Amino acid sequence: MSSRIPYIASNTFREAVRDRVLYNLIAFAVLMCGAAILVGQISIGIERLVVINLGLTAVSLFGVVIAIFIGIGLVSKEIEKRTLYTVLSRPVQRWEFIVGKFFGLAGTLVVNTFFMAIAVFLALLYVSQRFQAADLWVLAALYFIILQFLIITALALFFSSFSSPLLSAVFAFSLFVIGSFAEDLRGFAAMAQGATRWLATGAAYLVPNFSSLNVISSVAHGQAVAARLIASETAYAIVYAAMALCGAVLIFERRNLK
Amino acid sequence: MAAIEILGLTKTYQVGFWRKRPKCALRPLHLNVEEGEIFGFLGPNGAGKTTTLKLLMGLVYPTAGSARILGCEVNDPRMKAQIGFLPEQPYFYDYLTATELLTYYAQLSGMAARDRERQVSEVLGRVGLPDVGGMQLRKFSKGMLQRVGIAQAILHNPRLLFFDEPMSGLDPIGRRDVRDLMEELKNAGKTVFFSTHILSDAEALCDRVAIIHQGELRGVGAVADLTSSVESKVEVIWRGNSVPANVKTLAANCHVTGETVRAVVPETSQEVLIDALRRDRLRIVSVTPIRTSLEEYFVQKLKPSEAAAGVRS
Repeated sequence: MSSRIPYIASNTFREAVRDRVLYNLIAFAVLMCGAAILVGQISIGIERLVVINLGLTAVSLFGVVIAIFIGIGLVSKEIEKRTLYTVLSRPVQRWEFIVGKFFGLAGTLVVNTFFMAIAVFLALLYVSQRFQAADLWVLAALYFIILQFLIITALALFFSSFSSPLLSAVFAFSLFVIGSFAEDLRGFAAMAQGATRWLATGAAYLVPNFSSLNVISSVAHGQAVAARLIASETAYAIVYAAMALCGAVLIFERRNLK
Repeated sequence: MAAIEILGLTKTYQVGFWRKRPKCALRPLHLNVEEGEIFGFLGPNGAGKTTTLKLLMGLVYPTAGSARILGCEVNDPRMKAQIGFLPEQPYFYDYLTATELLTYYAQLSGMAARDRERQVSEVLGRVGLPDVGGMQLRKFSKGMLQRVGIAQAILHNPRLLFFDEPMSGLDPIGRRDVRDLMEELKNAGKTVFFSTHILSDAEALCDRVAIIHQGELRGVGAVADLTSSVESKVEVIWRGNSVPANVKTLAANCHVTGETVRAVVPETSQEVLIDALRRDRLRIVSVTPIRTSLEEYFVQKLKPSEAAAGVRS
């Protein structure tokens, strides 16, 4: 790894922290406290299921919103404010800048997820009084959520390398929604005929498959996550994020910074 | 070896949304800047100065032509470790303190960890901000940000400095400090390439200047050589309260003030005017040569209406 990438990444992380991005943790903590107390009163026998479902879905949504809304500004804001000029006039390659920004935001999301995970486990402890062996699979679900964040962050960076922040947000959020139904899209493609089949199959494999990265429901029911699935989804997320980053770099390398 | 070699650098932008049309920001520019000199790049607003600097920094790509800086291609990281750049009206990460910002730039410049702290503190003192290193940049005034901009440009002790409008936003003391700093840099053997439309600064500092207008190079050379090409003038003052008719034909612009008359005429008309005044038995008070300034050369190279709009002296 280039020696300059960690510096750009740590500065990106510092920007997120100083811009009070981690304040979302307060809202999340309040949500989890409220959910734990409320669920304890209205749910009988399914408190754990409700808390895990609610908690992990909230972790995912909070993170996706942060990934998109910070990710889309990572490049465009630097160009607009011209802070990029004094960075790129140093021995910093454009690809190093993109990759550094990616790792900086990914690091922010991992730290954010870590604190949110603590809140989820505390809520879980509150409703069931003790941890169970199956709770370990919550960690696997959190890991899958982080893999989703890596893809979304890379996509947000990709879009922000050539379009406006607003359009980038629309594109990235649309892909997140479509990707969450990727399995349904593949099912539809299998049933379709002729050109529609080809188009639907192409679209189904082009959009990120977030539905296979969503194991929240099965984990909430205490089901294990297969090691093979963890390995294949890890490889998928890394390859997809790397391709989106390569696209961002290719576009950014050619861009005139007016 | 020339510090900067510009070989036919050209930039054309495509403007318009539906029907793109070309807009030439820089016509083929050929220019050499020697090592160790202070070189002024002059022109009115929108002349193509910032475009040239962005091309040299690799921030925009040329439509045609090329440039070499310190013998390297424009995007060569080895070269970039040896240059410093101050953009026009710089804006920095305002969530950082001045010390944090400069430390970040020192890291990006590849400066050794053991030197960073000392160098950051030294350079803050050098630009007149020794006590505000711990203050967030969002609390800085425009002039202080300009000083931070200069600090980040000289931080890593570069051989060649590019300053885009370095005096912009500075008060008279700040401008004097920057002029002194540029002199210091030159004395230390550095090359300084700076763009400005403040001609008095360029005249006071530069070994050579280039004048650019509408993306086209209009003149380049030492200030003395350029100004010597402009026709010299003399100021003639004589006793009187009106201008004789035969003198009016020689000096169109005469100003009567109380008991004296003042006229500025080309040096070639000086003897004829003096003879005419003597014939009318008018008493000549003084005949003073007027030093030709860079501004006059600049104005000559531009259309008068445009020069008046873009130039402050």
